Amino acid sequence: MTSIYTRAAAAATALSLAAMPAAAQGIDQKINEVFANSTGWFVGFIFSPFPGTSFPWIVAWLVVAATVFTLYFAFIQLKGFGHAISLVKGDYSDPNDAGEVSHFQALATALSGTVGLGNIAGVAVAVGIGGPGATFWMILAGLMGMASKFTECTLGVKYRNEYPDGTVSGGPMYYITKGFAERGIPGGKILAVLFSIFCILGAFGGGNMFQANQAHAQITNVVGDFPGVITGVVFAAVVFAVIVGGLKSIAKVTEKVVPFMGVLYVVTAVVILLINFDKIGWAFGQIFEGAFTGLGVAGGMVGALIQGFKRAAFSNEAGVGSAAIAHSAVRTKEPITEGYVSLLEPFIDTVVICTMTALVIIITGQLLIDPATGNYMLNEAGSAIATVDGNGGVALTSAAFSSAVPFFKYILALAVILFAFSTMISWSYYGLKAWTFLFGESNGSQLFFKVLFCIFVVIGASASLGPVIDFSDAAIFAMAVVNVIGLYFLMPIVKRELEGYLGRLKSGEIKKFSTPAE
Amino acid sequence: MSEKFAVGFDGSDAAKRALEFAIGRAKAQGGSVVLIHVLEWSPYSFLTPNELEERHKRRTEELERAETAVMKPVLDGLGDSGVAIQTVIKYGHIADTLGDVAAANNATQIVIGRNGHSSIGSRVFGSVAGSLVQTSPVPCTIVP
Repeated sequence: MTSIYTRAAAAATALSLAAMPAAAQGIDQKINEVFANSTGWFVGFIFSPFPGTSFPWIVAWLVVAATVFTLYFAFIQLKGFGHAISLVKGDYSDPNDAGEVSHFQALATALSGTVGLGNIAGVAVAVGIGGPGATFWMILAGLMGMASKFTECTLGVKYRNEYPDGTVSGGPMYYITKGFAERGIPGGKILAVLFSIFCILGAFGGGNMFQANQAHAQITNVVGDFPGVITGVVFAAVVFAVIVGGLKSIAKVTEKVVPFMGVLYVVTAVVILLINFDKIGWAFGQIFEGAFTGLGVAGGMVGALIQGFKRAAFSNEAGVGSAAIAHSAVRTKEPITEGYVSLLEPFIDTVVICTMTALVIIITGQLLIDPATGNYMLNEAGSAIATVDGNGGVALTSAAFSSAVPFFKYILALAVILFAFSTMISWSYYGLKAWTFLFGESNGSQLFFKVLFCIFVVIGASASLGPVIDFSDAAIFAMAVVNVIGLYFLMPIVKRELEGYLGRLKSGEIKKFSTPAE
Repeated sequence: MSEKFAVGFDGSDAAKRALEFAIGRAKAQGGSVVLIHVLEWSPYSFLTPNELEERHKRRTEELERAETAVMKPVLDGLGDSGVAIQTVIKYGHIADTLGDVAAANNATQIVIGRNGHSSIGSRVFGSVAGSLVQTSPVPCTIVP
């Protein structure tokens, strides 16, 4: 925890100097340096490859988990897809329960936490390094991840804490503790504490700094360069107003605008694809060819695969356990119904939205191809594919959008800022739940966490892309390490729930409510 | 068959006029009244994670408030009118829910007040009376 305090102190210094742009530039670099030095070991461990290969063990960990759940639940993501849609539509909701959180609301809230910069900037990073082929592996990982999400969200509802005043707390820390105790397996408490620590780090990393960082990159891309601390302070102030000040109006506006932006983003992407209609076949050709040959990218096929899997996991958070926290709030007699609903998340997030971003980047020709070989050309460092303007990350997506229709980059900028904000709000909640699990629900400890969260917004906006993106990936993947262990031990419980539910569905004990009440 | 009047009630003066109107008719015909209060709610709205967590608590509070602050004062104020009054509190889209509850209780007509929005206001915010006349399963009386 010492490093957090060091950085908090650095941020406090940065805050006081925000009025002096010249000095602030130097502060940016300083924060960066401290940041890279203090988190490097952690990132190194999480992404260390299998000996003698370049394949990180953590990627295999998630893919194996998603495969195990897919097989264990007999392709629930395919067989349960229709039922999931039916649940979200409210076909099985008792009209007398109106006024409680609906399946749709839980899904929308969980989605607003996952649909974010991973879908815009993250995909650009993946495609920029792994080439079009990364898209194929990303979609595959998204489809498999649906089974992981199904498992964790069912457990989230089943083992949540319900308090006398009617509020609830749920998530992996609760199902690991209670589920392990129920099955008589030791070590549940230790795993739950570990998960909570990583969840707090993940909330500060991917749920906060990465968002602030890329939002700043997007703003500078539109209005010109200025120090990151300024963006950081503004974002921090708004986040502070919502999570500490309880300013519901800002949250309300965001929660209404974000889904609209999500739809607008996909529509914009579809327009660009339609403009380049003739190249759609070619783009899919590139995706399939690149998936198995790499088409000249660093690391070849394995390079494309790693990037695709990494981005899918970071974007839809399947197996990470974060969505289980959001879904726990639904009052349902059947925990498995939340599992069904949640399996739509990786589908919407990764298979639909991420794929749109990738297609737009590929189809607008942002990635440079060597005409002689048909392979992609690498940049000078050899680390990523050379792009038209030398862009990476969110700037690459922006370039792709504006190359089709110039004003689209403003839509994108607005989308990035709003997505970043809503993701921060969601993750501040996930982090807070982990924090209160560790330190109790007292108001003082909650306030401390919230203030710390706002400080990290400033740090995130100030640091350069490299160290921030590495750390945010690492912290979120560390959550997955613990969560997936828990899921392996608890999946028989989910299976029992599923079989009981399907039995009652078949016997007609659970049936659709006819709408409206006649 | 005696008349059963379903009255949409939100505590406003217009709603009170509608209730008085319905009670007067019910008394004359030996009918009864179903007093319906609808809390505006859409299962497709968007909530923050914090709101999700507190939803059940808020719902309990809202129902209690509707009972004590909206329904109870009006029933007390009526005294003994000689007409049987049954109360229903529901969440949902106001016009749709009024129609559903009226149908579920075998009401023979719906009576509501109108708040007299200008036509621009109705265009922007929608009008319960306007929607209800389009969707009501039974005859509908709108009391000015």
